[in-house]
Amino acid sequence: MTEPLIKIEDLSLGFTAKNGRQAPILRGLSLELAPGETLGIVGESGSGKSTVALAMMGYLKSGLTVFRGRAIFDGNDMFALPEKQRTRLRGSSIALIPQNAGQALTPTLKIGRQIDEALQLHTALSAGERSIKVLELLNRVRLPSPEDIAERYPHELSGGQQQRAAVAMALAGNAKALLLDEPTTGLDVTTQAHILEFLRSLAKELGVAMIYVSHDLGVIARVADRVAVMYAGMLVEEGPTRDVLREPNHPYTRGLLASIPRLGEPGILPSMPGVPPAVGSDLTACAFADRCPQVRSLCKDGIPALERRGNCRVRCPYAGEHAPEHLSTRRVPQVQHARALELQDVAVSYRRPGLLDRWLKKPEPAPTVDRAGFVLKKGETLGLVGESGSGKSTILRAIAGLAGTRKGGITLGDGESLNAPVAGRDRETLRRVQMIFQNADASLNPRQSIGEILMAPLKLYFGLKGAEAQARAEELLEAVRLPARYMSRFPRQLSGGEKQRVGVARAFAANPEVTLCDEVTSALDVSVQAAALALLTRLQRENGCSYIFVSHDLAVVRAVSDRVAVLYQGRICEIGPAEQVYAPPYHPYTQTLMGAVLEPDPDAAPVLLANDMSEMAPPATGCPFQRRCTKRIGPVCDTRTPLPQVLDAGHVIHCHIPAQHLQEAGERLEAELA
Amino acid sequence: MLKLLATIASKPSGALGLGLTLFHLALALLAPWIAPFDPTAQNADTILLAPNASHLMGTDTLGRDVFSRVVYGGRLAIAVTFTAAVIATLWGGFAGIFFGTVGGRVDEYAMRVVDAFLSMPWLLFLLLIISIGGAGPLTIIPTLGFFYGVAVLRVVRGAAMQLAARDFVTAAKARGEALWPILSREMFPNLSDILLVEGAMRWSWMLLAFSSLSFLGFGATPPTPDWGLMVAQERGLLSTAPWGVFWPCLTLSSLIIGINLLADAVGKALGLDRATAVAV
Repeated sequence: MTEPLIKIEDLSLGFTAKNGRQAPILRGLSLELAPGETLGIVGESGSGKSTVALAMMGYLKSGLTVFRGRAIFDGNDMFALPEKQRTRLRGSSIALIPQNAGQALTPTLKIGRQIDEALQLHTALSAGERSIKVLELLNRVRLPSPEDIAERYPHELSGGQQQRAAVAMALAGNAKALLLDEPTTGLDVTTQAHILEFLRSLAKELGVAMIYVSHDLGVIARVADRVAVMYAGMLVEEGPTRDVLREPNHPYTRGLLASIPRLGEPGILPSMPGVPPAVGSDLTACAFADRCPQVRSLCKDGIPALERRGNCRVRCPYAGEHAPEHLSTRRVPQVQHARALELQDVAVSYRRPGLLDRWLKKPEPAPTVDRAGFVLKKGETLGLVGESGSGKSTILRAIAGLAGTRKGGITLGDGESLNAPVAGRDRETLRRVQMIFQNADASLNPRQSIGEILMAPLKLYFGLKGAEAQARAEELLEAVRLPARYMSRFPRQLSGGEKQRVGVARAFAANPEVTLCDEVTSALDVSVQAAALALLTRLQRENGCSYIFVSHDLAVVRAVSDRVAVLYQGRICEIGPAEQVYAPPYHPYTQTLMGAVLEPDPDAAPVLLANDMSEMAPPATGCPFQRRCTKRIGPVCDTRTPLPQVLDAGHVIHCHIPAQHLQEAGERLEAELA
Repeated sequence: MLKLLATIASKPSGALGLGLTLFHLALALLAPWIAPFDPTAQNADTILLAPNASHLMGTDTLGRDVFSRVVYGGRLAIAVTFTAAVIATLWGGFAGIFFGTVGGRVDEYAMRVVDAFLSMPWLLFLLLIISIGGAGPLTIIPTLGFFYGVAVLRVVRGAAMQLAARDFVTAAKARGEALWPILSREMFPNLSDILLVEGAMRWSWMLLAFSSLSFLGFGATPPTPDWGLMVAQERGLLSTAPWGVFWPCLTLSSLIIGINLLADAVGKALGLDRATAVAV
């Protein structure tokens, strides 16, 4: 066996409280990385995954100290080295690629210049040699026309291109190891799939080792040779990716895998009860014992050791035992015949032509959202999917009265118009439509107690006050499975999942007919996401309300929706019953999205169709997907808006290509993915 | 509140700021018990004495005890500027939150007016108003309060705009809450920290402004003991009897530094970004 490139031995680190108590963030961690190997580190927020990755390159976030153990990089004991030497080593042989490349690049310097600076720092090349090397690096990260890219500023590149430029910069120093901290989180699915394929081939080509930190097992499955699963600052399972993902040993890994929604099996997934122990708390027993479905009394006696099982290491003495089956429960459709909401040919435009534009008779830009039309039945869930900029949130804002419509009509089931913005709607109309926000953290006022937050809509819509409001708020908390004592707590005292539950409770305080869910689970950890989806489904069953569920995650939308609309550049490409939209024939854009989905399965490879360029504005005429479509049939795509092709069961595809051909193409993709 | 004070006092700069501010407030409040002489009593026998055992800071041209005058000298300035700072923070804060929340055209037009006020040479303007309205607290307090309130407005409006874009404010708007509940329940509680720090900073600047007015003869009127006035009266003798100028200057600047340090420490203890609480 080759000597490991990085080795951490029994590493414990954390912060020291004022009273001298040591609060550990990593607890006795040992991990190795061989040269040229890709190690995936997964875990939920607060598990210490980023801290481990940084510690592997001898870096500590401020305020943290090493309690015990060593981190050895290429034969150097990193924490024993003087700061200066450590910095030099870090810059030249290990490079960090952060989550948000757009923020890591200097906005005022051209890309070429930034890479040149990195070369100056790490190599002894002359100016002429460097300028050649810059182009070589840009070429290596597969950016089109390197000469052109080198002359651009970071904001002139798309998100995916920025990420590639950051990789080029990291490669400037001949790094032996790359540390990637959630590098694709926040990118669109198609872009993410492209970047991952690129990183895979790069690692192979250059033989660099990679440490890849992510919360997304689908991503890890695609890039990592080996995976380490973190929980409460400890390694709970570690081994070859295939073994860990195919036959997880630790109950936590099993639960995590079970709570990830998959395209193939729609339904509400089992979720793990409870929350992980607080960061830095003292542990005297298995950290997962409180949430474990297989817990024994022995589990509470001490922290179990990391034991070898086959190719893996597992921190659970009962790992081999047969685990209870995790089954998803199929959603029972609650759709009634009556309508809850209808959109007819709605257009929304944020940009109004200014006085100057009108004088110059400039043509009006194409509206952000156009020709949006659908019917939402009572008790139905309509999923809206699409990448960032697809206009899905804009449609929600228009329905909620936060963005004015330019054209078309929005009506509630009984004909009540929703065309007016919030200020023009009466209180009763407002009550009937409620919204749940993406980021529960930002949607709850930090200065209000949970009770105050829940009582605001009760007072506004029903005039409830005092004890009556109090009692109703407690009922709402109970409906979202939170104890009544949370009434006096403040948002900062709640976990992410709990905050989102409060957000849901606040929306249901109004007893709405239509609830707008804007990426409500995208900020949550997967184990918590499953619980939030289950909660929404249960509330729908109990209250018979309708949902419009916006998400960029196709699998999540599949899990909760009766019908699905696929949006691109603010135009609906395809709409229909979920099982029809998720099966051929596909709209070419739907097919692109389906191909890019990553499942936590080491054998599933994405099929990359359209390129990952990002478009800032919809085209003025023709099909919205014309510029990226791989199946365009000719100038008709640029000039004429495709007419809807109505297939069976209300499945509609907006494309010039006959459905028969789309069917065949879709079947080919299915075969390729299987 | 106690916890906040403890956090402030735990850092040397915060402790110094808190100490200096409290020291000066105590001095002003307890002046009759601290000052050994009547601050206005003239004495022909003790003209321009250098600091000695009975006159710790010496005496001035009219034979008055400089120490006693320094101790009394903050009373008027502190009272006037503190009241004005409260007024400035209240009206500037309210207007700032209002315009930051409402946004759009109303905000756009209001800000042009604010720009106009901010671009005025305020000291000259102040002198104009005082020469019309007469020098006295009743003219100075509202004038200072108004002008400094404009600056408070600008800062608070910026913070309010950022806050108004947060989802919980959007949620309240989408719910159909009226303007007043949004201002008072969603916005104000999240901006009160900034208002506190901003108010304290303005107070320290006003102290300097008031002393400048007194120095120019538009603030305190003789024979009132006042730091700015003392410097004005004794400045001719700076080379022969520097104590008459030195001590009031030192006291004034130590109070201003104290308030600044305190405001900084309060901001830090409340977790505010320094950038949101800078003086314009």
